[in-house]
Amino acid sequence: MIANAASPNHLQLTRDGQLRHFLTLDGLGRDLLTDILDTADSFIEVGERRIKKVPLLRGRTVVNLFFESSTRTRSTFELAAKRLSADVLNLDINTSATSKGESLSDTLLNLEAMASDMFVVRHAQSGAPHFIAESVTPGVAIINAGDGRHAHPTQAMLDMLTIRQHKGAFEGLKVAIVGDVLHSRVARSQIRALNELGAEQIRIIAPGTLLPRDVESLGCTVEYDMARGMKDLDVVIMLRLQKERMEGALLPSEREFYRLYGLSQDKLALAHPECIVMHPGPINRGVEIESSVADGPQSVILNQVTNGIAIRMAVMSMAMGGQVAERQQKLTELTERGQA
Amino acid sequence: MSALLDVDQLMDKLEAGLRHLLTERGIKSPVLIGIRTGGVWVADILGKRLGIDEPFGELDISFYRDDFSRIGLNPKVTPSSLPFDTEDRDIILVDDVIMSGRTIRAAMNELFDYGRPASIILATLIDLGARELPIQPDVAGQALTLGAQQRVKLRGPDPLRIEIQAAGQ
Repeated sequence: MIANAASPNHLQLTRDGQLRHFLTLDGLGRDLLTDILDTADSFIEVGERRIKKVPLLRGRTVVNLFFESSTRTRSTFELAAKRLSADVLNLDINTSATSKGESLSDTLLNLEAMASDMFVVRHAQSGAPHFIAESVTPGVAIINAGDGRHAHPTQAMLDMLTIRQHKGAFEGLKVAIVGDVLHSRVARSQIRALNELGAEQIRIIAPGTLLPRDVESLGCTVEYDMARGMKDLDVVIMLRLQKERMEGALLPSEREFYRLYGLSQDKLALAHPECIVMHPGPINRGVEIESSVADGPQSVILNQVTNGIAIRMAVMSMAMGGQVAERQQKLTELTERGQA
Repeated sequence: MSALLDVDQLMDKLEAGLRHLLTERGIKSPVLIGIRTGGVWVADILGKRLGIDEPFGELDISFYRDDFSRIGLNPKVTPSSLPFDTEDRDIILVDDVIMSGRTIRAAMNELFDYGRPASIILATLIDLGARELPIQPDVAGQALTLGAQQRVKLRGPDPLRIEIQAAGQ
């Protein structure tokens, strides 16, 4: 079992291969990723009904634990949980107990004692959700809402849902991720998902100073020249320039960055005419992307937001389902052993 | 060994029963909604037989099942699709088989999230009894009592076949 313990799936999957936490896309196969996308498709339909709510998580308590601030991700997680009929608690940790000196573990154990069933965790430290699932509150389903530079798996999956909606399938697709890959947990998860789902080409377009070392080992090619990188693209994903994470001078200036790597109408014209434009938000208009491109006919940026709710509903209900099924299975086994 | 029931005969009975009920209640323009998967096949055939031109709806009840807390989420859920507004409509809800009645409870809960229908008629091809909830079909093609080791299986959509199998077959 030691070999298993090293793999993230020992933690995030049940014995039957169902989700019980959602920490990273690493180790999740194409079938499971496709199940998540298919389930999300059904939740999109729920979002179009008069009553946009299903009773799956009725009576369960979901706690949004955001150790880092976020508007879009937190609010879509909150809406997703509410549309699943869960009770939702939003905790902005920076302004609460930890500032009074309580340790992370104590905060979490207190929340567990309030009969929480699921924690949605965003943390500046890579691996924090993994740590919580493994050591602090193993009976609570943990959903990673972004950890350090490591992963942002629900963002990557909502991007995959958006791509599938517009392109039908992943086979044969040429996809580029442009900009600040170095600071991006989103890019890492996207590359992983695109590879697993069978995209033909994944190009990273970025200046050398904003690339992580050995980025090619993630399964992508690197292009420093945007004009060359845009050729024949089906999907272009712009990343936000993470100014708050910049330490030292990685860029000459924002204007220079926009000239070289900003998505303008001219550069978009080099891609396939039906190329879709994506951005995880929040967008810096005139820094990574020209306003008229962000609002233009090829932009699917607002579809991404809508899809974010559906993907989060899918992942939350699947992980909760895995947790309860596993608990039930253990109970049955115990009963049977008692009877034997 | 698997025995076969005559589907056409059952459909005849279902159609006749529905025609009678619709006349009796004065329902002029009902819409059909089938529960996936078997109920959709039956709804498709019923639509043609009853001459209902409006396309039928399809309901996937996975998000409304009462056994989520035991077995988790059905991994093969597909979107429900109701190509009409259900508000104030007379609905014929169709399933292939009724047994415990739990599927119908889930389906009705889901239906009410789309609006308030004028009425719902429940039509099933086969009624296996063994009810666990106070829900009964208004019309059924055939009532059937199975032995402890038997199960019934609808295969389709074309041709539609009903097989009664011994367990494990």
